[in-house]
Amino acid sequence: MLKQFRYQIAIFLSVVGPGLITANVDNDSGGILTYSQAGSKYGYLPLWTLIPITLLLIVTQEMCSRMGAVTGKGLSDLIREEFGLRTTFFMMIVLVLANFTNVIAEFAGIASSLELFHISRYISVPICAVAVWLLVVRGNYRSVEKVFLFACSLYVTYIISAFLLKPDWKEAAVYSFKPILMFDTGYITMLIAMVGTSIAPWMQFYLQSAIVEKGITAKEYVQSRVEVIVGCILTDVVAFFIIVACAAAIWSHGAKDINDAADAAVALKPFGQYAYLLFSAGLFNASFFAACILPLSTVFTVCEGLGFESGVDKRFHEAPVFYWLFTLLIVLGGGIILWPNFPLVKMILLSQVINGILLPVVLIYMVMLINKKSLMREWTNSRLYNAVAWVSVIIMIGLTLALASITVKQMVQSARAAPAAPVSRPLAEMQGDDSSGHAMKTNVRESGGAHLVR
Amino acid sequence: MADDLLFLTELLGLKVHDLKGRSLGLVKDAAIVPLIHPSRVDRYLIGGGWAWLTVRHDQVRAISLDGIYLKDEQLTPYHSDEYMLRLVRDLLDQQIIDGHGRKVVRVTDVTFKIQHEEHGDVLNITEVDIGLRSIFRRLMQGAISPGLVRRLQSVIPPHSIRWEHCSILEADPQRRLRLNVSNEILERMHPADLADIVEELSPDDREAIFETIDSEVAADALSEVEPEIQASILESLETEKAADIVEEMAPNEAADVLAELEQQTSEEILQEMEPEPKTEVEELLEYHENSAGGLMNTEYVALPENATVADAIGALKAHEEVIEKINTLFLVDEQEHWKGSVPLARLFTAAGATPLKDLAAETPIYVDVEEKQDRITEIFDKYNLLALPVIDETGKLAGAITADEVISLLRQK
Repeated sequence: MLKQFRYQIAIFLSVVGPGLITANVDNDSGGILTYSQAGSKYGYLPLWTLIPITLLLIVTQEMCSRMGAVTGKGLSDLIREEFGLRTTFFMMIVLVLANFTNVIAEFAGIASSLELFHISRYISVPICAVAVWLLVVRGNYRSVEKVFLFACSLYVTYIISAFLLKPDWKEAAVYSFKPILMFDTGYITMLIAMVGTSIAPWMQFYLQSAIVEKGITAKEYVQSRVEVIVGCILTDVVAFFIIVACAAAIWSHGAKDINDAADAAVALKPFGQYAYLLFSAGLFNASFFAACILPLSTVFTVCEGLGFESGVDKRFHEAPVFYWLFTLLIVLGGGIILWPNFPLVKMILLSQVINGILLPVVLIYMVMLINKKSLMREWTNSRLYNAVAWVSVIIMIGLTLALASITVKQMVQSARAAPAAPVSRPLAEMQGDDSSGHAMKTNVRESGGAHLVR
Repeated sequence: MADDLLFLTELLGLKVHDLKGRSLGLVKDAAIVPLIHPSRVDRYLIGGGWAWLTVRHDQVRAISLDGIYLKDEQLTPYHSDEYMLRLVRDLLDQQIIDGHGRKVVRVTDVTFKIQHEEHGDVLNITEVDIGLRSIFRRLMQGAISPGLVRRLQSVIPPHSIRWEHCSILEADPQRRLRLNVSNEILERMHPADLADIVEELSPDDREAIFETIDSEVAADALSEVEPEIQASILESLETEKAADIVEEMAPNEAADVLAELEQQTSEEILQEMEPEPKTEVEELLEYHENSAGGLMNTEYVALPENATVADAIGALKAHEEVIEKINTLFLVDEQEHWKGSVPLARLFTAAGATPLKDLAAETPIYVDVEEKQDRITEIFDKYNLLALPVIDETGKLAGAITADEVISLLRQK
């Protein structure tokens, strides 16, 4: 009995990694910003969305991990095999664009979090870019995975800082289960943003590849599913504490708009020096962690789908596309942060839109693939599960498209507000029109992708 | 010359004309029947109205970029045929093994040679295309004219694999037979290369290969595969086949693999094994994985203390199967107690009558079965060894650790 139990534990430990890592990277700088905004502006009210978000996340992630375990192939492999090269090619182009803008956002998170510790971005960003490159290219997958798992555990900083800020736990508990809908545009947008940031196209590709890379097979799938579910829950537990912390420290002293994840940390400062430090450290951890995973995930997905050699165990000349793309993503992603007056906010808004366009396609393909008997054998979705999956997918698509269209509307509005910047004007002048472009410091403030709540 | 080439992307969508030149429909797919001919396109599947029609290769008069012209219009409706390898469905965008480049690749396009034979034109697959040029062709297919595609693509270097070096993957054993999938290409590869390839495949494909490949090759390749994948491969196989493979492995490697499996599975495999390798493996399983006993190999050549160089050469001739794996001979007394080690190279410079004892290394270097890994690697480094004898509690020679084991050990850290 005990032996059986130990064996189960051993199997569970052997599959730990993919699910936890994917779910935690989800709380990257963009995610932290959104949750901080929610807490600062609306206090405990948005907490109830976390439970449905968790459920949606579990449904989609579970399907990916199941496909990975049963077929032993990545999602882009399967899309290529079942839907052909052209579909895959265009999907990959859009994915690279979306992920590239995300990588920029992560480097922005690194820069602004370390600036809270008085480290200039001209030092922090190059060092972190090199560190990311070396960690991924020179490290072997197993040890890198351990580093990543350790990074997951650092999210505990957000939990501790929430406790330090002495929130109203009773209210937090009540609003976690009590849905509050207000017909206030800002509030609705906020809720949509929370759902929208919680699931991104790259996650589906990364999770499935990680499951395959880990060698998880249909036999260990039960344990792997537990891990994926635990990961999804933990992610939203972290989100809960971020919202609660911001609600306790910022909202309770008057609702406030936050424009940057580092802003939230600064706003916490008067209420607790440690909470401030922990929040800033948490942001750095999350951004750095995501800056490692995103480029790696992108190149693996692209190379798998288009049939280029890939893998960090290959040499440069054996897998040139793999290494070039990876290096470019990091160099350009970090470089752009150092480029004074770059219209960062616009880039990040754009990434929301691209993600919003790509996600529906990915999700629909996923449900189609998982129902193919020839691929999944007895592991296809049951009828009930299919119903749940389609409903989740439709909700996700609806909300993401809503988010994308709100973003587009905002972009159009801000373009009207600053009626300059026709395309033909010189670049320097264009950037002058960007509200964030006046000085380095303001640029930092805007960098996390301040968008929705204005 | 170039006019004799046709790509699958060009073949698809070509119009098929009957005897009077009327169009019957477009080419939707093409199939080879490997049992009949390994590379000739046997059937063209054309779609016009509701159903697909089949054109046999001997019904074709001419094939060119202008279309396919028939000389016999008695076409039959298409029926799925288990013996057909359909190029679009079964090959395009799928993974295959490149036996020459020794890796797994994904098919982007297929190149045919148009052969003008007496009775009509025939297509033969010459190459499978991967890489940028074929990606370009696929993306542009239908968007711009084939002639323009051909002109534009010439700036991109080609990347193709000759058809005879390709080994297709088919997980269904029945269909493997019908499609005449042979493992010959895989069996000719170096086991370590085969192992790398296998690691990249999906579990079903791995199983299919190990289920059908020669047990000896399978054993050599399996030894080189990562431990977790080793376990999942053995678990997926029929117990009998798994036992056949494990028997062929070096006993220490067999023991390592079996130790990775669930106890029940490994016992079942042991049950199926021949008595001799079985006992050897079982003895090794007793030792702790990280001790000398767990690392050592029980395939070695030991000779009596008073043997000569000529005896040694005789013994090596009798055990030719291990000759590539050993580099040291051991001397033992009547009770099999270890008495000395003789590097194989020494035999070449000594006269036939020289006693081996005289050639043995002067310092006695050996370890106990319980010795720890770290100490073993240290000894190898310190004495620059190629092989290290392992002695059990009673002083008997139990096995030998070779340098390649130590290298794997160090690489795992």
